[in-house]
Amino acid sequence: MVANGEQSSTLHALIRRFRDALAPDAVITDPQQLRTYECDGLANHRVVPAVVVLPEDAEQVRSVVRACAEYGIPFVARGSGTGLSGGALPHADGVLVVTSRMRRILEVDIANERAVVEPGVINLDVTRAATPYGYYFAPDPSSQQVCSVGGNVAENSGGAHCLKYGFTANHILAMEVVTPDGELVELGGRAPDAPGYDLLGAFIGSEGTLGVATRITVRLLRSPESVRTLLAGFPSTDEAGAAVSAIIADGVTPAAIEMMDALSIEAAEQAVHCGYPEGAGAVLVVELDGPAAEVDHTFAEVQRHCGEHGAFEVRVAADEAERALIWKGRKSAFAAVGRISRDYIVQDGVIPRTALPEVLARISALSAESGVRVANVFHAGDGNLHPLVLFDGDHPGAAERAEEVSGAILDLCLEHGGSITGEHGVGADKVRYMGRMFTSDDLDTMQRVRCSFDPENRCNPGKVFPTPRLCGEAPGPRRGVHPLTEAGLADQF
Amino acid sequence: MATRTEQAARTALAAAIGTEHLRDAGQADTVGGVQPRWVASVDGTEQTAAAMRVAAEHGLRVTARGAGSKIDWGGTVEAVDLVLDLSRASEICEHAAGDLVLRARAGTSLAEVQRVAAEAGQQLSIDQPFPEATVGGVIATGTTGPGRHLFGAVRDLLIGITVVRADGVVTTSGGKVVKNVAGYDLGKLYTGSYGTLGVITEAIFRLHPLAAEHRWVAVTLSDPGAAGEAVHTVRSSQAMPTAVETDRAEPDGPITVCAHLEGRPQATHRRARELAERLDATVGVSGEVLDAAPPWWGRYPFGNAWGTGLRLGAEPAAIGSLLAGVQQAADHRDLPLAVRGSAGLGVLHAGVPDSADPAAVADLVRELRAVTTEYGGHAVVLRAPEAVRATVDPWGPIAEGELTLMHRTKDQFDPEHRLSPGRFVGGI
Ligand SMILES: Cc1cc2nc3c(=O)[nH]c(=O)nc-3n(C[C@H](O)[C@H](O)[C@H](O)COP(=O)(O)OP(=O)(O)OC[C@H]3O[C@@H](n4cnc5c(N)ncnc54)[C@H](O)[C@@H]3O)c2cc1C
Repeated sequence: MVANGEQSSTLHALIRRFRDALAPDAVITDPQQLRTYECDGLANHRVVPAVVVLPEDAEQVRSVVRACAEYGIPFVARGSGTGLSGGALPHADGVLVVTSRMRRILEVDIANERAVVEPGVINLDVTRAATPYGYYFAPDPSSQQVCSVGGNVAENSGGAHCLKYGFTANHILAMEVVTPDGELVELGGRAPDAPGYDLLGAFIGSEGTLGVATRITVRLLRSPESVRTLLAGFPSTDEAGAAVSAIIADGVTPAAIEMMDALSIEAAEQAVHCGYPEGAGAVLVVELDGPAAEVDHTFAEVQRHCGEHGAFEVRVAADEAERALIWKGRKSAFAAVGRISRDYIVQDGVIPRTALPEVLARISALSAESGVRVANVFHAGDGNLHPLVLFDGDHPGAAERAEEVSGAILDLCLEHGGSITGEHGVGADKVRYMGRMFTSDDLDTMQRVRCSFDPENRCNPGKVFPTPRLCGEAPGPRRGVHPLTEAGLADQF
Repeated sequence: MATRTEQAARTALAAAIGTEHLRDAGQADTVGGVQPRWVASVDGTEQTAAAMRVAAEHGLRVTARGAGSKIDWGGTVEAVDLVLDLSRASEICEHAAGDLVLRARAGTSLAEVQRVAAEAGQQLSIDQPFPEATVGGVIATGTTGPGRHLFGAVRDLLIGITVVRADGVVTTSGGKVVKNVAGYDLGKLYTGSYGTLGVITEAIFRLHPLAAEHRWVAVTLSDPGAAGEAVHTVRSSQAMPTAVETDRAEPDGPITVCAHLEGRPQATHRRARELAERLDATVGVSGEVLDAAPPWWGRYPFGNAWGTGLRLGAEPAAIGSLLAGVQQAADHRDLPLAVRGSAGLGVLHAGVPDSADPAAVADLVRELRAVTTEYGGHAVVLRAPEAVRATVDPWGPIAEGELTLMHRTKDQFDPEHRLSPGRFVGGI
């Protein structure tokens, strides 16, 4: 650690370097302005960065990262700042590299079913650019109108439709990245199966700890011929859960199956008047897509399964407007909860789907015991729960109690063989839970990858891993004589 | 005569896994022509870890082996002291049918996985030309078949993995739920790493339901350009094909483009008819709707013990040009070359028989590298007779920046370079 005076002189030198390399208004040091970057979507973690830069292209990112490397200063990449785990939480003595000026769609190559974009491009804009050709970008986080493709890559974001189409990782073909030592490297290629380690796969979901993505080649999918959506109201989550199981057991892979419980329905109703079935203890949103001949057939079966498992109302979207209305309730659920509770924690855990009834019962017991209300919204098809833990921050101890319930829910997920995060990432927020899911050997092994990219731990330090691994000098290949050769028992072939 | 060191290593291995599971390697145990010293047969993670700890202590170089169907794929290993035979590690540990998830030990054959999954009307959507291939080997080589078009490659279906590191430490990443972003996804890194980062002992996969009805729509064309057009027609349709394959048995022979559709009864047949008509409209040849896959479907144009086998990649829109380039390269050298593969994705496999002149084959590889590079791809020699292996780098060039990162990754996972040294890209 450097002494304070020394540190500020280092910072000054660094800022001078930035000013040389970037546009005059692209280096932010004004405390007032810096404060606007102090948190991402997880507002209870706040750190004001030492400096914010807004590079316009890969070369500028590279000069920023190079300068950081030279001065030994940490840096954090940030896209749109919608992350829900504090992944883009700045470092107090570090640089925040914001991609909001890197929003060009460089190429839409329909013949090869792909697009090449800069990292700051908004998720939905990729689909907008592809729509005229009958294509779209599959990953669709609920935040898709604002989140960036770079953020999607870093978080390996999912969305309602990842049950059938997979996560961001399944839709990235290649990437140009600036490594923490300031090198510009291509990962992946224009053709599949580029020889060598799948570093592209390792980078995706690494939460900004392996470098800064500066150009991303995404896969575009042909828009389905038919999309059909229904909304089903059930007396409780038990019946809705049973319907989900029946649908999956029938060999159907819906594009999406989303569930909301009574409390989240109430919130959505108040916020966006989505008109969900009155008195429902749970609703399911089920969407099927694909060739019309398939979808029509399967849709009828889904309706039947809902009916057989106690749905008291099934509403089929007759047109795009009705479909949008059905989705509106679901997509606004997080924000809507703000209507019924001043404060809340958005939790993100995963369980095997078949454990749904039991885990929901346990959550409701937890809620009853603690007096903390929990609204449940989830991607029911893949067991990804988003319990919203409600509290009033003005009540002493309420936040702590909510934290406790929220943590207990993650323990429930782990107890059932699940995960502490399905799509929001570990970031700064869940670092403390990593040791509950993985052994220290597992975490050490993962960090070997970090050591090969970022041996000095300057790239988004403090995220994902509870304790950094000291990388040391990477030992080279064994030099000198192999022990077996020495023993005269093995020749070097 | 055994030296003290050899004796010590052997004794320690026998103590770790049991004398009955350790033997001297024979002729049949060679790894790409290289003679190992011993073969240790292990039944799972614990025994693998025990053996690997001994290997670490005694500096043994180790190659893991499943069924051995691709043991000679990749570059020639510098040396192998110990073959770790995982064929006894054959067990489906868990099949959570309701969750469409299956966990198996690395030595389990894909055929066995498919058999168990099928009992619940499910499949692991990884097609294997060699049915004896094991879970571990399939992950290590990252091999998959036609269904990859719709379901993704091995890395997309692998959701959890247990690996024993070079130092004998057992580690896992991922888990048994499909949706999971906790920690780095090391499964992707291990997939296709040819056993150079660790020994895979267990894997968890996502399964898919088996479809009720299958149809194949095939057109046969004489010209690579038309074949490219046919592939494009299928890809750009809304037919949602499971696979788009092509087959050409001889360099100038007819080219078959065949799409696989699957789904509900009747509906699938209807979709197949529509696609056949569409092909008629675009390439002027009506597609034939088949109830069964053509005999070449999902097979390599080379064997697990014969031929030079190549994997060619190009951007998908260039598939016609790639076919033309392959034809030309083979014609120049008068080589009987067959190509087949996932045309819809831009991946082809090529096979040349063992009887071909090794120098001509090596030369062919060089030309194919030039051709594929033009279309953003690569040409990799998967397997080849020794005479060919000796003259050509099986992997081809890799951009420097990326290769540096790969070397650093190897150094982190296997600092002493004891895991199949030399088998992977850039001498890794
Ligand atoms: C209302 C709401 C709904 C949401 N719904 C979903 C959902 O359905 N599914 C889902 O998965 N997520 C969801 N999220 C979470 C969030 O939107 C996603 O994680 C999103 O991908 C983050 O993108 P961003 O651009 O905002 O990234 P940021 O928050 O800015 O950053 C996220 C992480 O990415 C890193 N990063 C950003 N850019 C780069 C880059 N170029 N190179 C390397 N690293 C980079 C950062 O360092 C950080 O670790 C939701 C969030 C909100 C607020």
